[in-house]
Amino acid sequence: MANTYQLSRESLTSLFGALRKDGRRILAPVESDGRIGLGEVEAPAQVAGDYLQTIMSAKEVAFPKVERLLSYTITPGQVDLKDAEPKAAPTVLFGVRPCEAKAFGALDAVFNWDYRDKFFNARLEKLAVIGLSCTKADEACFCTSVGGGPADTAGSDILLTPVADGYLAEVLTEKGTAILNLASDLFKPGNGVDKVAVAAKVEAAFDQPALTAKLPGMFDSEVWVDQSLRCIGCGACAFVCPTCVCFDIQEEADPKQGERLRCWDSCGFHMFTLHASGHNPREVQSARWRQRIYHKFSYYPQRYDQLGCVGCGKCTRACPVDMNLKEHLTEAAGVTA
Amino acid sequence: MSEKNIYLPYLMRIAEITEESPAVKTFRLEFVDDVAAQSFDFKTGQFGLYSAFGEGESTFCIASSPTRKGYIECTFREVGRVTAALADKEVGDIVGFRGPYGNVFPLEDWKGKNLVFIAGGIALPPLRSVIWNCLDLRDWFKDITVVYGARRVADLVYKRELKEWSERPDMKLVTTVDPGGETPDWTGKVGFVPPVVEQLGLSAENTVAIVCGPPIMIKLTLPVLQKLGFPPEAIFTTLENRMKCGVGKCGRCNTGKSYVCKDGPVYTLAELNQLPAEY
Repeated sequence: MANTYQLSRESLTSLFGALRKDGRRILAPVESDGRIGLGEVEAPAQVAGDYLQTIMSAKEVAFPKVERLLSYTITPGQVDLKDAEPKAAPTVLFGVRPCEAKAFGALDAVFNWDYRDKFFNARLEKLAVIGLSCTKADEACFCTSVGGGPADTAGSDILLTPVADGYLAEVLTEKGTAILNLASDLFKPGNGVDKVAVAAKVEAAFDQPALTAKLPGMFDSEVWVDQSLRCIGCGACAFVCPTCVCFDIQEEADPKQGERLRCWDSCGFHMFTLHASGHNPREVQSARWRQRIYHKFSYYPQRYDQLGCVGCGKCTRACPVDMNLKEHLTEAAGVTA
Repeated sequence: MSEKNIYLPYLMRIAEITEESPAVKTFRLEFVDDVAAQSFDFKTGQFGLYSAFGEGESTFCIASSPTRKGYIECTFREVGRVTAALADKEVGDIVGFRGPYGNVFPLEDWKGKNLVFIAGGIALPPLRSVIWNCLDLRDWFKDITVVYGARRVADLVYKRELKEWSERPDMKLVTTVDPGGETPDWTGKVGFVPPVVEQLGLSAENTVAIVCGPPIMIKLTLPVLQKLGFPPEAIFTTLENRMKCGVGKCGRCNTGKSYVCKDGPVYTLAELNQLPAEY
């Protein structure tokens, strides 16, 4: 059960100060050239004001675009291997939306379901999330269709919901309590604000459990071909996605030394599954689009008992050819099997 | 951090290189680190990621049998950047190995049964591990038959072992090459693998079939086995989808909800029938 408090708008300055004094960097949505992205801030005034969402997701805080896994030097007849340690700075993610906060759980499932990934874990361990409920949404949003909501607490250590003169602050985890203890005088007793009344209204667009249940039976449906006809396989959807976790491992080296790097990848690329023989199990774009949907809405629930999608709509906003995940899922949910 | 880096390979020294066929080589690899050599263990069917430092990693099966201790072997064809770099290596050079990964052939379940191995071309290496494993546990099984085909005589791998197998009284080896692939001194069969299997007069009774080969060979061999009465549960294969991590994370080897690197690479036909054909 969350402990609920009130936090005044002015007190954020002190909170930021206390976090920084504790040795943590603060990452928050900031505006640069009219675009909203995550940046390091020192004071609340630097945080973007009236943003809906960042363009890129916050996943790179725990899962960077490029991560060094190891390095080595090569001498005749010998290789000296060096383990890599992630440079994980204590970090507070301030002001991310509930959908994105929830997405860390989907990443965690993949990175730790069997073998444990120390790189992701080292970063996640040093990360605290102060989420910020949405008071507005756009056409691309569909969090409520995938089990989330504009004021959902999942994944946040503290969730702030804007109220008249400040924030309703729900302290949800041990990490959240640790932050509270850094500046406990700022957190005033809560007054039972109805946060649902304040939060954005996002109507559920489709019946996700029903869609998940029918997907195994519609693998060969024409709907995947129709929907993907205009997909150009650029991979933008995967790169902005807070839950897309698929990666490549690449070498950067010269004859004497090198390093092995983990880089974001996308199931939308032809090369992703291409065999050395030239055979490709997902030869056409429609098969790759179907993989994207099935991975998130069928395979993820079967393997990890959760969805691989949080309904943030970033993919839809980023798509250069107007693919629309909410509409496509709604259409798929309506297909008679 | 106390957690282990799951992407860190073992360092392996190349102890022996065998030229198998044009552009195909077998490496015998020994652990540089004695502790790793002692603690390393695997079961037949498992695979690993082999590093050419400077170029990257490639996925191959472990082609040697776990009954042969102290080393592992891999057999690869030079087709890309990493395999080209590996092919340039010499005895004494260092490569990397991560593994063993994936599931295994259930030899315990096969006790008391006849075994039929059917392989095509460069797909013999994964079965060679099982074949030697079974030959080293010969008492466990009844008849052992190996059918191996390649396009041309020159493309047959493990020629010295094929000779040894052909001379063993406790197994039967049938080799075949595609029509036109024979040489004047070729004593094996001439024909594609599926009809050769059909003509063998195999009984499906108390028998498991282990099939590995190019997609077209598998596609045409499975109906033959089914016609001979093999149930899908008695037909095994091993898949080799593209992989990067080998540990169920990088997301590319899946066929349906199944990760080839974790739930495979060994599948029965019954299991594959439950999955979309994305392999």
